Parts: sequence; C-alpha cells; structure tokens
Amino acid sequence: MKNQETNKISGAEAVIRCLLEEGVDLIYGYPGGAIMPIYDELYKYRDDLRHILTRHEQGATHSAQGYARTSGKVGVAMATSGPGATNLVTGIADAQIDSTPMVCITGQVASHLLGSDAFQETDIIGISTPVTKWSYQITKASEIPEVLAKAFYIARSGRPGPVLIDITKDAQFELFDFAYKKCKAVRSYIPVPSLDITQVESAAEAINQAKKPMIIWGQGVILGEAEEEFKNFVESSGIPAVWTILGLSALPTKHPLNYGMVGMHGNYGPNVLTNECDVLIAVGMRFDDRVTGNLATYAKQAKVIHLEIDPAEISKNVEAHYPVLGNCKESLSKLTSLVKYEDYTEWKQLFADHMQQEIEAVIKNDTQPTKEGLTMGEVIVGINKYTKGDAVIVTDVGQHQMIACRYAEFVKSKSNVTSGGLGTMGFALPAAIGAKMGAEDREVIAIIGDGGYQMTIQELGTIFQNKTAVKIVVLNNDYLGMVRQWQQLFFDKRYASTEMTNPDFVTIAKGYHIEANRVSKREDLDSALKTMLDCDEPYFLEVCVEKEANVFPMIPTGASVSDIRLK
Amino acid sequence: MSDNTKYTISIYTENNVGLLNRVSAIFLKRHIDILSFSTSQSEIPDVFRFIVVVKMTESGVKKIVQQIEKQIDVIKAFYHTDEETIFQESALYKVKSSSLFEERQIQNMIKDSHANIVTVSPEFFVIEKTGFRHETEALRKSLAPYGLLQFVRSGRISITKEKMGISEILNTFKQQNKD
Repeated sequence: MKNQETNKISGAEAVIRCLLEEGVDLIYGYPGGAIMPIYDELYKYRDDLRHILTRHEQGATHSAQGYARTSGKVGVAMATSGPGATNLVTGIADAQIDSTPMVCITGQVASHLLGSDAFQETDIIGISTPVTKWSYQITKASEIPEVLAKAFYIARSGRPGPVLIDITKDAQFELFDFAYKKCKAVRSYIPVPSLDITQVESAAEAINQAKKPMIIWGQGVILGEAEEEFKNFVESSGIPAVWTILGLSALPTKHPLNYGMVGMHGNYGPNVLTNECDVLIAVGMRFDDRVTGNLATYAKQAKVIHLEIDPAEISKNVEAHYPVLGNCKESLSKLTSLVKYEDYTEWKQLFADHMQQEIEAVIKNDTQPTKEGLTMGEVIVGINKYTKGDAVIVTDVGQHQMIACRYAEFVKSKSNVTSGGLGTMGFALPAAIGAKMGAEDREVIAIIGDGGYQMTIQELGTIFQNKTAVKIVVLNNDYLGMVRQWQQLFFDKRYASTEMTNPDFVTIAKGYHIEANRVSKREDLDSALKTMLDCDEPYFLEVCVEKEANVFPMIPTGASVSDIRLK
Repeated sequence: MSDNTKYTISIYTENNVGLLNRVSAIFLKRHIDILSFSTSQSEIPDVFRFIVVVKMTESGVKKIVQQIEKQIDVIKAFYHTDEETIFQESALYKVKSSSLFEERQIQNMIKDSHANIVTVSPEFFVIEKTGFRHETEALRKSLAPYGLLQFVRSGRISITKEKMGISEILNTFKQQNKD
C-alpha cells in the first residue's frame, strides 16, 4: 500500500522491507488471521522473498533452524497469533538451548483488543520469554524498522539465539515513513566479551605444563566460525580432542587427533579419560549434564580451561580454573601462538587402547553384525560408503540419533544438524528441509526413528510441494527405542507405552508422490542406499531394524563418566 | 540449608515492558523463592533498578546474577550481603480512629517507634514507619491487639556502600559507539 505523495508504507510492507534489508531471501511460515496483512505483502514481494509454507508452525521453526545450522545465516519463521504462535514454542525452545540464530515473527490481535481474550489472542511474549534471547511486542508501525534491526542483530551476535517479535494487526496496517538502519549495538548488551590476554597466557601456561591434556569442543567452534583456528590449535599442540554432539563435524572425523564423542552414549575413551586428564580444555561447550554425568565426580583431578563467549556459562556446572572469555576464533589463535607441541604418545595410546576395547565390545557388533537383524549402525556405515562423509546428516532424537552421531563420518563443518539440548522428537524432518535449502548443493540425509518421524510427518507435504531433494531414512524398530532401552535396563523390562503399531510408511510417502522403498534384509541394504543416494529428488527409505537393540556405551543417569558401561 | 545467606540483588535495566517477567522467570526456572522485590527509577535517567532479596548460597546467587546479566535489556546486576548495603522497608498501618483517642498506649507506641501519622479521619488513621524488618514487625505486633484494619509492607529498598559505576558502563558504550 504505497502512497506516492508522502512515501508512506504500511507496517506489513515495512516488515518485508526489513527482511530484505537483512539479506533474508527465504522464510518459513503459516498464514492466519492476525498476520494476513504481512502475507499480503509477501504476495507482492514473492519474487524477492521466498516463503515456504510448512504444514505446521512447529515445522516452520525447525526448518528455520535447519537452514540456520547449514547456512550460518539467521533462520526466519512466521506465524499468526494464538495457536500459530504457541506452535512455534517448541522450536524456539530448541533454538534457545542449542544457540541457533532465529527470528520469529508472529501476528497479534489489534492493540485495542489486547487483554480482552479476543479470538486467537494469546500472550506469546509471556509464553516465550523464558525460551527467547529477546522478545518484543510492536503496537505501532513506526517501531518496526528499529525493532526488527535489533532482532536480527541480537539473534546472530554473540551467543546466537531465537528472538520473537509480535506485531499487532493494527500496526501491520498503519502507514508510516519507512527508513531502515542496521543495528550495530545495543546499550545494555555485550555480545562478545573482550579478550583478556592475561587469561590466555595463564591458560597457555597450564597447557604447557600438562602431561595428559584433553580438549572437548562444542558448537562454539562452529558458531564462531573458528574451525580453521581450532584445527590449528589441535595440530600445533598435539592434544587429543573430543567432541560434544553439537560440536560434531567441526573437525573431520578422520583427523588423527579426533578421538570421538563425550557424553552419555559417547565413546569409551573420551569419557573414562575425562577423569584422568590433568588439564581439560573446553572450547565453546557448556558442560551439559548429558556430557558430564555426575558433576560431583566429573574431572575433579583436572585443571579446567574454559574458552567461552557467554560469561554465564563460566563455572555454571564445572568450575573453570582458567576462564578465557571471548570469541574462540580470536582466543584460539592467540592460544595457538603460545602453546608448545607435544607428542603425548603414552597418553594418546590410552585413547587408542580404550577404542580397541570399544571396538571389540560394541562397534563390531553395531557396524558389522553377524546376527540376522539389521542394525542402525550398519545403515550409517552403509551411508558413509557413498557419501564419503560429505553429506549433511540431520537426526531426530533417540537411539538412531546416538548411533548416527557415533558412526556417521564428516569431512566438512556445519554438517551435523540435530536437536541436542532440548531433545525434540519431530525435529529432523522439518529441519532437513531447512538444511537442504541452506546448503542446496549438498546431499542432505535425514535419519529418523519411527517415533519422531510421526511427530512431524506432515512435512512430507512441504517436501513434495517444494521438491526439496532430501533423503529420508527411517530406522524403524516399531518402538520408542531409547525409552524402551531405559525400561529394559532400569525398569525391569516394563515396556509401558513404547511399542508402536506403525502404518505403511512407504505408502504414506508415495501418497505424497515421494519415491519410496523399504528394506528389511541385509543383502538389500547396500543397493537400496545407493538407489536413494543416486536419486536427484526427495526419496524415502524405511529400514526395518532389530527391534530390541540397545545403544552402548552408556553412562547411566547420575553415574560418573568413568563408570560408562560397554554393555 | 545452613549455608544459605540473605542476598540483595540489584539489577540496572533499560525500561522495557516484559523485563520484569524475564527476570522473575530466571528465579522461577530454578525454583528460588523471592523474599522481596521492588523496582524504581535509578539515579540515571531512563535506567531502572530492581531490588530482589533472596536467601541462598553464594555460588547460587552468583549464577543467578550471571543469568540476569545475560538478559539483553539488563545493563548490570550485582549481589550484596546485608553488611554491604544500607536497606530499609516501609510499612503502613490503618487503625480505627476511636482507638487512638481511647487507648493512650497507641500514641506512645507511635512516638517510641519513630513512626509518623500520615492521615487522620473520623473513622481511621494511618501510621507510616520506615526501618528494618524487625522494627516494622514489632510495631505491627504491638498494634495488633487494638485492631489493625489494614497492614502493608513494601519490598526492601537498598543502596550499596560500594560504588556501582553504571554511568561509567554507559559512557564506555557511548564511547565505543562513536569509534
């Protein structure tokens, strides 16, 4: 709605103009009453700004997350007021705990109706406050440029996170003079604490005296775009490095100093040796309880160096003897220049010995099974054979997620997209859509369990409509496998509500005109994977796997990392 | 828990709708009881100050302050023990006017506790008393037998002995933005 004489535009048009100013060319969303003026403008701007209609608002957030994770850009999701807005909440919470940059825009009832329990009115600011990095309700069109500029700045800067902007319908209609200025700073917000060189020097000194140092890296390396600096640090110091689930892919799987995963279903050596190292160098990770197990017995013998951008993470769970605040891209390169190289031959041998034990006790059976039923592990290894590690692997939550993260190979960063902190079942299918759109020239493979798949299965419609060439692998064991595993181990096999009677997934995929296949025999697996990966279009593959397989190693809840069980 | 101490958390914020919710959510998420909460304008124009009183361990309050400070619209947050602050609470007591004239005791109580009478009407009068919790509480207990019609006590307000340096923080920001 442009008025030539005064150059006034509507708030709704201003929203689109702001998105374009921020370099956004793709958004995910679902229309509805309170956001119709913005959708009307989206129609006009459809050549500049692509809108992907997901089949549920939760799908829009996960797609925006997947997009952000592979592209490194801010993901944008849009929804109407009331149920549209509340359906975003799971994705927002997921983005908050996994530090994913995302801007959510919700429509709201007209400002004169606020608080009147109007149709589709809900207090989305109140509801989303604890799970957003920032949120704001706009009631006047003139606020739109400044607030949206601030929203993008906050979402992407420092430790990234989700921001929600709620815009009343009258503000969308209102006309005003539009002018856009990018936000470069917010008075009360320090996104990146400035690096204190004395902290780096003390950390370097501790590292240079260490006999058994160990690096644990997290997603901070990826978010800080510090993969190169990190690799240099690892190689110049010679220190064995292990990863958290969200740090995965920042350093290639086959890098000689990459010794695997920490945490509940991580590798044996990294967990056991956490309690034997003398200096623990944590880089951009937050000591989640799934990583640490029982804090009272976690790395008590070690001096802890913590490279971290968020001051609130310092000594939150594990005391940092040498905190190094700042962006790890900067702190790592400073640290690299101060540390000396060591071979740590005996120390590294311990990692190798533990790996040998794990191979014998777990990995062989997982990846080269001799028993009849297909294992999740052999499917992942089968995928590696064709991708050579050069694919984006999107996982959901549960057994398949742990197995995929344990066995999938990676050669490039930003290739592992999973719901880590929140553990959101239903994440993978919509996230894969966004992941593919954020990295269009890459192979994107979603690996999903039969439980999580059915939580957002409707997004097959989005895949079909947009011809998004994602490969969907459902590892079907007809169980909520991880819960069943816990029931078996800790609840005397009382399988309460974990067995699933599943539909014909192949027929469902075909109903969406997606090519589909099912495998249940080992001899068919390899060719089925090849057919899937050779296909240039979306493809669905169901693999019927062993029903009652367990994921090991495992640190039982409340146990120490060194009490990790191999069986 | 014996190692719990009373801490006063001071939070300097931008005036932003919804920030109160954001700050209280931090306590809610950790299941922490807020003993008292008050907000007001601070010494700096457009900067507000929240005063929150909690009873917890020092390591706990430190983490809470880190989480509060992490919020975008929070400029700075501090925690202090009672010894490090000067603090007061205010209380109002509404009593039937008849008892003021019939019971000489009440007049003495008001005088002894350095309370003020803020309003007198034919039906009731209102006493105001500012001081420490035990002082306002003592007056409440002494007035109770004469029929307290209403009683209310404010949250703690508190000023620190040490310098807060908020203006310096804001100036640094201004300076950095000029560069």
